[in-house]
Amino acid sequence: MIFYYLRLAAISLRRNWGQTTLMILAIGLGIGVCMSIVTINYLMAKDPIPDKSSQLYYVQLDNWDPNRPAESPNEPPDQITWMDHQALMSAAKAFRQTGNASATAIIRKPDDDNFRPFLARIRGNHADFFPMFDVPFLYGTGWTSDAHRDWGADQVVVLSRETNDRLFGGEDSVGREITLGNPTEFSSNLFRVIGVLDEWRPVPRFYDLTSNYFSDPAEIFIPFGLILSQGLSRSGNTNCWKPTGDGLRAFLGSECVWIQYWTELRNHQEKADYMAYLDQYVTEQKEGGRFPRPLNNRLSNVNEWLDHENVVQPEAKMLLAVAVMFLVVCLLNTIGLLLSKFLGKSSEIGVRRALGASRGSLMYQYLVETAMIGFGGGLLGLLLTWLGLESMLAIFGSDASNLMRLDLNMVVAAVALAIASAIGAGLYPTWRACRIDPAAQLKSQ
Amino acid sequence: MLDMKGIARIYQTDLVRTHALRDLTLTVNEGDFTAVVGPSGSGKTTFLNIAGLLEDFDEGSYLLDGENVAGLNDRQRSKLRNEKIGFIFQGFNLIPDLNVFDNVDVPLRYRGFPAAERKRRIEEQLERFGLTGRIRHFPSQLSGGQQQRVAIARALAGDPRFLLADEPTGNLDSASASGVLDLLEGLHTSGTTIIMVTHDPALAARAPSSIHLQDGRVVGNDEAAA
Repeated sequence: MIFYYLRLAAISLRRNWGQTTLMILAIGLGIGVCMSIVTINYLMAKDPIPDKSSQLYYVQLDNWDPNRPAESPNEPPDQITWMDHQALMSAAKAFRQTGNASATAIIRKPDDDNFRPFLARIRGNHADFFPMFDVPFLYGTGWTSDAHRDWGADQVVVLSRETNDRLFGGEDSVGREITLGNPTEFSSNLFRVIGVLDEWRPVPRFYDLTSNYFSDPAEIFIPFGLILSQGLSRSGNTNCWKPTGDGLRAFLGSECVWIQYWTELRNHQEKADYMAYLDQYVTEQKEGGRFPRPLNNRLSNVNEWLDHENVVQPEAKMLLAVAVMFLVVCLLNTIGLLLSKFLGKSSEIGVRRALGASRGSLMYQYLVETAMIGFGGGLLGLLLTWLGLESMLAIFGSDASNLMRLDLNMVVAAVALAIASAIGAGLYPTWRACRIDPAAQLKSQ
Repeated sequence: MLDMKGIARIYQTDLVRTHALRDLTLTVNEGDFTAVVGPSGSGKTTFLNIAGLLEDFDEGSYLLDGENVAGLNDRQRSKLRNEKIGFIFQGFNLIPDLNVFDNVDVPLRYRGFPAAERKRRIEEQLERFGLTGRIRHFPSQLSGGQQQRVAIARALAGDPRFLLADEPTGNLDSASASGVLDLLEGLHTSGTTIIMVTHDPALAARAPSSIHLQDGRVVGNDEAAA
């Protein structure tokens, strides 16, 4: 009967095209507005690495000012110092671990005079970064975790896929060379390409939530130590609670925090062991006069860290509530239109009842019709969602482009929501229509 | 086939209690052509609705083909209505959005016949009533007489046990009315059981038997014409 009902629905919708258009518009508008906001919230809130998010832990050590916390009420700083980074990496107590920080550099191709240099986002990290975060490779690999190489003995780079496209037209560039230079100086050094990433765009960019975490990942990855040894310009947040002194050496020996530190801990025991290690480390440091605040180390898995950093802004949640309310208003209008439509079919309902239709079969027939309206509304809603996201992209710029994308999940969700909403809106009008007394309708004709 | 005993139907509002039918007893056998006659308000429509399983009754018993219809749920009543009863209405009651073929198809869809069987039955009925050339026409493109013939074809397409006709010529001019009555008589002659509700004594006279209703009661039973 489903095909029969679909055909009847098509006939009915075509006959009352004005009313049909209004209903599709109402649902489409509601879905369009709602899904635009839902899409942004969904991409903000979704688990960026679902298979491992419960095993990846962000490390916080409270080396802050004894008189005030890094953040109220008693939060430790959201990054660690160079000294602590060195110590934790050297101890290597976790299954995997990496510190990472961002920098910028001017990229050139030494063998191509016509190539126009560009300023690239660099990420300094350790070898474990790639397997920890399931980073996919198109060509080559990352560098090894051999301590010598991991701290930057070799001048090697891993390129993002987009950067490889830009530099080498997408070819396998492993073994080719590029130069990275400090934007404020004219010097630059040769780096050998050892790997090219495949498409990798975690949203949000969970491994560094200190700045614009919805922007694209770095364009070039280098061994962490090269940021310092090559004199690249650091670009991330740096926070200090007391004077650092002059020069790089003083900065590295200071209590300034600028490095994000991640560990991979495969189970509760590893987590407990690592926490114990951190407490022991800080206790030892206290004896040396550091860490003046009470012991306050933290290990947060990916989702806990996203929550802690308020990746989904309260304003976004409020906007979502408003969008849902707007959808409800649109659906209330649709209910009114459907009520008018179906009660206008009283005589047909009477005839169908007389000819053998049960209330259930009529309910089925008219819900198919409302589902069809919902499908139309869903398609219109998708178009409006896309237009809405494009408009927001135009307003907020390319930094938000990772949030303004309709993926397949959201396309399916939009159409499913539209159909479900329409059916939901159609339940009461359909129920009312099916309660019509057929005898009265037949006599009144 | 249709056996009603002591049927009563009472409409109750806050202020008024109306007996639409009182102690109605009626038997219609296979092959009968019975007219139910009475003035306006006599209970004809209530009788038709109860006989057609469109309305419940408050007292008495109603056996349709030996099956007690009291206590059946909506789905069971709908199935029984679809399989055993064919309706012919005064206002034809064709669905305006559907063409002739699709209108006749409606009861067959609810019966669950396969497509080929439905097509065969529809074409057979339309040919029987001279409507083959109107198969893709919509009701608004047909005359009153043609519409009533489509309605009769629709009523008969599912091979019901009896036809319930409610003032079947009430909306027709005399020529068309005569044609429809000839059709009904022809159907009766070929063995179809018909119950016709009318207020028109002249029309009732065309039926071999009739019962007279007044104030919800049977006040006369006439089989003289039979």
